[in-house]
Amino acid sequence: MLELILAKYNYWIVIVLMMAGLYVVVARGNLVKKIIGLNVFQTSVFLLYISMGKVAGGTAPILTGKDEVFSNPIPHVLILTAIVVGIATTALGLALVVRIREAYSTIEEDEIDEAESLDMTADLAERRR
Amino acid sequence: MSTLSAALPHLPILQVVVPLISAPICFLLQRAGLAWAFSTLVSWLAFATSVMLLRAVMADGTIHYEIGGWAAPWGIEYVIDAANAIVLVIVSGIGAAVSSYAPRSVLAEIPASQRGLYYTAYLLCLAGLLGVTITGDAFNVFVFLEITSLSSYVLVAAGAGLDRRALTAAYNYLVMGTVGATFFVIGVGLLYMVTGTLNIADLHERVPPLLDNRTVHVAFAFIVVGLGLKLALFPLHTWLPNAYTYAPSTGTAFLAATSTKVSVYVLLRFLFGVFAPTSGLMALTMDYVLLPLAVIGMMAATVAAIYQYNLKRLLAYSSVAQLGYMVLGFAYGSVDGLTAAVLHLFNHALMKGALFLALGCVMLRVGDVTMHGVRGLGRQMPWTMAAFVAGGLSLIGVPLTVGFISKWYLVGAALEDGRWWIAALILASSLLAVIYVWKVVEAAYLREPPAGRTVREAPLSMLVPTWILVLANIWFGVDAELTVSVARTAAMGLLGVAP
Repeated sequence: MLELILAKYNYWIVIVLMMAGLYVVVARGNLVKKIIGLNVFQTSVFLLYISMGKVAGGTAPILTGKDEVFSNPIPHVLILTAIVVGIATTALGLALVVRIREAYSTIEEDEIDEAESLDMTADLAERRR
Repeated sequence: MSTLSAALPHLPILQVVVPLISAPICFLLQRAGLAWAFSTLVSWLAFATSVMLLRAVMADGTIHYEIGGWAAPWGIEYVIDAANAIVLVIVSGIGAAVSSYAPRSVLAEIPASQRGLYYTAYLLCLAGLLGVTITGDAFNVFVFLEITSLSSYVLVAAGAGLDRRALTAAYNYLVMGTVGATFFVIGVGLLYMVTGTLNIADLHERVPPLLDNRTVHVAFAFIVVGLGLKLALFPLHTWLPNAYTYAPSTGTAFLAATSTKVSVYVLLRFLFGVFAPTSGLMALTMDYVLLPLAVIGMMAATVAAIYQYNLKRLLAYSSVAQLGYMVLGFAYGSVDGLTAAVLHLFNHALMKGALFLALGCVMLRVGDVTMHGVRGLGRQMPWTMAAFVAGGLSLIGVPLTVGFISKWYLVGAALEDGRWWIAALILASSLLAVIYVWKVVEAAYLREPPAGRTVREAPLSMLVPTWILVLANIWFGVDAELTVSVARTAAMGLLGVAP
């Protein structure tokens, strides 16, 4: 059992990070913390891709003319793109949080929900008018 | 002329690159009027390109385009067959209609400093949607999906000038959308781990023999759930009602008619163009997970729509129900079912485009798109409300509209499979749709307008694009030969059945 865990330790790290990230997204009410959770979640996927490209005993994929075992560079390149996507998402998410704070004066989910139910009541009042 | 003929073989890449390059140019234009004119021009160019591609595909079969001359599987390949050609046409067509309609509506709904940026985000979204549809590479799908998503979060958040809830709607959409896209990319990574390829055509050869492989099962689960989030499959639809309600009118019209449809297409492509399950766990998933969720979504969302007071939210719930119809179509897994799904994908984009554009006209003149706001509008804005009623009839599935064609094929496919209870539920949900459309009709035509409110009909610049979509609803409802033949070719292509 222990051997199974140790031999595939990279996947265990991925799974732990993935679950931790998702948990933060779901369980935390603070909008910035949710974005951080999303980040951790995405990072776990980066690790999944990067570790899958590794070939035991392989070197960097540089053309030397010699027959060498090298790691698969494609997952690494893919993840460069995914990192860019992750940064863009984080930036946009945080920008939205800034705007939300300006509009609601809070970044706590429950307080925002309260403010929104007040908005809803205002809509209803307008309906009766 | 010579430049045109030189450009012809490169249409597949131009389809995506033109809107993509135009987005930063649009940003540099700054002034809203210029940005609008430019983005409209680009949208019509994209529409022309997609029509040419559809004609070429229907005449000569599948087009393969190697980007930069790098042969697949080393390079990224764009593959256009009937299934994605029709999605390209509907996405760029709706884009052209919505952007022609946009200037007055954007002027009224979006603060001056953001208008140029709004058109930029729209162009990025268009480029992303076209890219997702056209590409033949699984990872490229993810990249374009994220371009689309990031720009649609911006389009939703642009409604903040009218209602601050647009911001939280965009935030929730961002969280759910990112989780969905990340699930999708996990699935793609696992498939790459097993097969060593990202090219969808190669995956289609290598995955089916491995259908009992557990990694493939996990990949399947991640991809279906991830795309389910993106396409708002019940019960993963919770981001959608708020996003559609609080986005600016033009943003809602564009997103509602295109973005979920493109996700449906990607799910279709992966279910049939990669996994192609005929038996085992995955085929059971179609029967016992997708099918029941589609049916529950179709009923529950229709009932939810009946109770809505805000018409944009009403149409949003109706969208969730309609997405249920599409998923239902391909959960049958038969040629007829898939034909119905592709057909409804096209038809529903026309209906929702027309309906949301009509609501945009109401928003411009009355500033209130609730049951209260539309009271008495039947006489004050006859053309706008007539467009809404025509779209509503299409949504119900009245003969001579596209909705009827969709329902006809969906019910036919269900009966052919011997699933008469599903056919009965489709009809029941259509009857329920009568209720929510009737509620709007009643408010608009049978109620008196609030005392002292005088509104004029919407300007022609908005009525004409709205009515073009309404007429398309009727045109393709009367003469469905073109759409049905394309949808059938698409379905056969996806299932790998010889015509």
